[in-house]
Amino acid sequence: MKRGIVILAALLWGTAAPAAEERVIAGLSQTHVSITTDFSGSEIFIYGAIAREAPKPRDWPPDIIVAVTGPLQPVTVRKKDRRFGIWVNGPGVEVDVAPSFYAVATTRPFRDAISWTDDLRYRVGLDQIVRLIGAPSDLKYPEEYRQAAIRLRRDAGLYVELPGAVSVKDETLFETRIRLPASLVEGTYSARIFLLRNASVIDVFESSIEVEKVGLEKWIYTMAHEQAALYGLMSILVALGAGWMASAAFRVLLR
Amino acid sequence: MNIYLPIAEVSVNAFLLLGLGGGVGLLSGLFGVGGGFLMTPLLILIGIPPAVAVASEANQIVASSFSGVLAHWKRRTVDLKMGLVLLSGGIAGSAIGVQLFATLRRIGQVELLVSLCYVVFLGIVGALMLVESIRALRQTKRGRAPRRRGHHWSHGLPFRMRFRASNLYISAIPPFLVGALVGVLAAVMGVGGGFIMVPAMIYLLGMATTVVVGTSLFQIMFVTGATTLMHAMLNKTVDGLLALLLLIGGVIGAQIGVRLGPKLRAEQLRATMALLVLLVCAKLAWDLVRTPVEFFTLGGGSVH
Repeated sequence: MKRGIVILAALLWGTAAPAAEERVIAGLSQTHVSITTDFSGSEIFIYGAIAREAPKPRDWPPDIIVAVTGPLQPVTVRKKDRRFGIWVNGPGVEVDVAPSFYAVATTRPFRDAISWTDDLRYRVGLDQIVRLIGAPSDLKYPEEYRQAAIRLRRDAGLYVELPGAVSVKDETLFETRIRLPASLVEGTYSARIFLLRNASVIDVFESSIEVEKVGLEKWIYTMAHEQAALYGLMSILVALGAGWMASAAFRVLLR
Repeated sequence: MNIYLPIAEVSVNAFLLLGLGGGVGLLSGLFGVGGGFLMTPLLILIGIPPAVAVASEANQIVASSFSGVLAHWKRRTVDLKMGLVLLSGGIAGSAIGVQLFATLRRIGQVELLVSLCYVVFLGIVGALMLVESIRALRQTKRGRAPRRRGHHWSHGLPFRMRFRASNLYISAIPPFLVGALVGVLAAVMGVGGGFIMVPAMIYLLGMATTVVVGTSLFQIMFVTGATTLMHAMLNKTVDGLLALLLLIGGVIGAQIGVRLGPKLRAEQLRATMALLVLLVCAKLAWDLVRTPVEFFTLGGGSVH
């Protein structure tokens, strides 16, 4: 009872540095992912420990939630509608916040590991992260657009939920692996590791992963954006060159 | 072997792209079409964002049509004069088409219009070609040579020019209009427009079949070149790596196609192409009519 009050007080005090008896310390196998031409995805190994000053509490086993979130972007969702016998795209609805990638690994099923209030407070789950803020007022069910964004990304393997993927050893050491897919977007990915007991967040460890194109990828991308006209002309010249080379090669081959 | 495309931001199998490029290039050399009407839907199907697919495809068509033009040039099957008249019409047409595209994009129904355009034009063109080539096939079977048109409907128009390679002495107005129409459609549909131009040249202008393919490719090369540049500058959606892989396959396919063409019989060739066009048309029409499995689609960011 007394500890419950302490935790409650800590949560009311603030979320950053609660006067908790337990803290979470974690490390990532890599904090920098380079997208090369042959990039086919990457696996990040996340490990850590629960540090405590007092002997470990007996009542609830600790839970760990690892959430990796890609750059937050808006996404347009369209719904098809039947008009004059054909299926037509309706007007698009912009879902304001939808990360390009999201993965969550937990020790237990997500809903058991964290309470609704803490999920809302820390914005951990997919439902809290993907947000539709300013829906057009003439829209009947804005929620179905948000759900569709989540469903489509989940089907595409960009939103991943891994219940039971975090293993905890001796209530102290934990580890998990999160696979980043090949279709990765550049940017800063956040990695948050939550320590929970009794479905309440006790401590948070935050880190970030930089995803960046390198080499040829970076060169093409930069050039296409910064010297668009030159890039366009070059694309045409490469095409003409290839066309000529093929023609010449065949003439020699078939002589 | 998977390869990460820098602009499309997806990872795709490189051999798949080479194969696709090769197959479409073959058609390009055989029929004088750019193949965009096949390639663009295929690229979207394998997960390339539509805007990137259209722009990079235009870049690839530059390569395969140039490769084809060179081969036809050597065989003297390009009517340069006719090509230039078509091209001047094409440039005027695509300028109008780009404006039209921008307007439709504002209204937000560009996808639907593109689909409908495909269904209508592929349907008409495919059906006409099929009927015509079946008739021609029957006639050759009976031992009669296919009829050549004597008098053409355009003979009353002014600005008559002699197109020696095409075996024509007609007004410059019909080819200019054909070029312009193709230019408009090319800009709206994001293709070279060969699948409309080739039949138009044969059936509307009555050009000699031997020079149709080469002349069509000549015009397509310039139109798609302009399209590539426009997309690169305005939308920044030309994926150099994607285009490169497609065009390596494409130019090789085009060369094979050009050499294979004369060995096949013209009527059969046309019947085959008609069937192909109708097949794509049927697929697109079916997509418009059938009840979709997933009602929602994800667009890009906040572009539209």
